[in-house]
Amino acid sequence: MRIEIPDRDEDKMIADVLSGDNELYHELIRPYEHQVYRVALSLLKNEAEAEDVAQEAFLKAFRKLADFRRQARFSTWLISITLNEARGRLRRQNLIRFESLDQTPEEGGHVSPALLRDWREIPSEALERKEVREMLQGAIAKLTPKYREVLLLRDVEELSIEETALLLELTTSNVKVRLHRARMMMQKELAPKLAGLHPKRRWFQ
Amino acid sequence: MILECQHVWDYISEYLDDTLSPQTKQLVQRHLEHCQICSAILDATRNILVLTADDRVFELPVGFSARLHARLEREMESSR
Repeated sequence: MRIEIPDRDEDKMIADVLSGDNELYHELIRPYEHQVYRVALSLLKNEAEAEDVAQEAFLKAFRKLADFRRQARFSTWLISITLNEARGRLRRQNLIRFESLDQTPEEGGHVSPALLRDWREIPSEALERKEVREMLQGAIAKLTPKYREVLLLRDVEELSIEETALLLELTTSNVKVRLHRARMMMQKELAPKLAGLHPKRRWFQ
Repeated sequence: MILECQHVWDYISEYLDDTLSPQTKQLVQRHLEHCQICSAILDATRNILVLTADDRVFELPVGFSARLHARLEREMESSR
């Protein structure tokens, strides 16, 4: 979800926090709590750790607030801090080394989508169901980090291709290639499951 | 020029982002008009991405905000 907050002068708020108004920092970050948690959770796949990393990220952002440059949006800056925190945590757990052994298509590999004859739209109200939320979380978790990060920034946080490239230190064409594979993997994983959500009654009525 | 299904699949992501060149976009569209399978794949992918972007997929744990602000409160004073 891309966050737009009208009537908020964040530059002024940041300046006031920097001149000592600590209380204002709580207000400054409130709109971004969900986003930061989501980024941490998508990378770490564990709620308790994601919460801890989210807290660390907000603390780090507070301590480094003077380094914030206004070329980036504040929310994007927060995401980059969260990414670093989460990656650092993963490195310490050696999960990255472990996950890189997963079988996923290499650069240049081809991901075929799940073939369907027709598609019946799944309305977003379906997300009220826990099993549907878990299907989506599971599909994101199944991606290896390099695909998960791109999908997360572009399709969950809805950053632009350019912002995604900048944050992940990739070229835009690299982002597009990874994004395409990530999306195809999501389709391949989820389309058959979601299509089976409302099974037609096959028995005699 | 006529595109085969496999080639259309390669363009799905860029088609959704609307970053294809006008010529390629037109070729893809022409294919989609008569290919039920590729249309279904495109619709499914678009639908899945709409769901993925929804705030409800990853909900904040109960009490998250209170715990966060309590911790900030404790640590902010000592960190400056």
